[in-house]
Amino acid sequence: MDTQVQAQGQAPGVDPREQHGARSYLIGLAYAVVLTIASFWAASTASVYSPAVPVLLAVLAIAQMGVHLAFFLHISSAPDQANNFLALAFGVFVTGLVVFGSLLIMANLNHHMMPMDELIKMQR
Amino acid sequence: MSTGEQALTGIAGLPLALRGPAPVRVVAGFGFWLFLLSDIIIFAALFAAYAVLSRSTAGGQSAAELFDKRHVFLETMCLLASSVTCGLGSLALLRTDARALYRWMAITWVLGACFLTMEGREFASMVAAGAGPSHSAFLSAFFTLVGTHGLHVTLGLAWLVVMLLQVATLGFQPVVGRRFFCFALFWHALDIVWIGVFTIVYLGAR
Repeated sequence: MDTQVQAQGQAPGVDPREQHGARSYLIGLAYAVVLTIASFWAASTASVYSPAVPVLLAVLAIAQMGVHLAFFLHISSAPDQANNFLALAFGVFVTGLVVFGSLLIMANLNHHMMPMDELIKMQR
Repeated sequence: MSTGEQALTGIAGLPLALRGPAPVRVVAGFGFWLFLLSDIIIFAALFAAYAVLSRSTAGGQSAAELFDKRHVFLETMCLLASSVTCGLGSLALLRTDARALYRWMAITWVLGACFLTMEGREFASMVAAGAGPSHSAFLSAFFTLVGTHGLHVTLGLAWLVVMLLQVATLGFQPVVGRRFFCFALFWHALDIVWIGVFTIVYLGAR
């Protein structure tokens, strides 16, 4: 890895320290399998307080996405990865706006909508 | 700054305007990374639509009644394993080891095809049971979200075949390596989207 490439940034997916090792992928696989099994367990078990299950599932999913980003896509917050990391942060931000914004607006519209039987009564 | 100092700190010590353009490999990877992020935003919109419509079953079957968790677990494992073999294949590409590359990528392709077959059978059995996309808003959103992911996997399988043909005909040229690298990013990103799908669609159905 020449200094020029390091200074000007890394392409996503390239990890200069692990270029000839399969370790990163195998560690990532182990974490991902554990997290996946934990997710499926959490969704079907009765031993977790049931209103907390969606929160647990969200935490496990976000952790697994982090594992995939770090071990498979080799995204990190290293200085030579600033571009990739900033783009990722912006992508996460827009994703959050789209998902939570839509849910908020639709729940609000639903709340203010006239119940269907009232609507039918008015049309008579 | 003297030339001696510059040699010590490398190009990072230079002001931005004096650094040359980044290598093509970095620029191509970054451009493809931006495409992947915008693709994930498309999925975000589909996830939002699914979350809003998931209870609008129009008197039909609900998510909890339709999905088989064991089936989804196998699909998840297929896709996860194919992501890892794709990574091992791209390590073989860096070593310019053609035999290992073909072996890992063939396994990747077969695992991806297994995933698609399982998904196709699930869709077919749902449609046969009267739970097709036209039945309710929930099912329309489900088929759009999961179908778009499946379409991406299909395109990925076609792309993988094209890349293997390019390695076979053009050899390990830098341009082929860059394209292969973008394919690997695409494949890993599809697996990340699938985490969202199985958590929200399949495990969220309780």
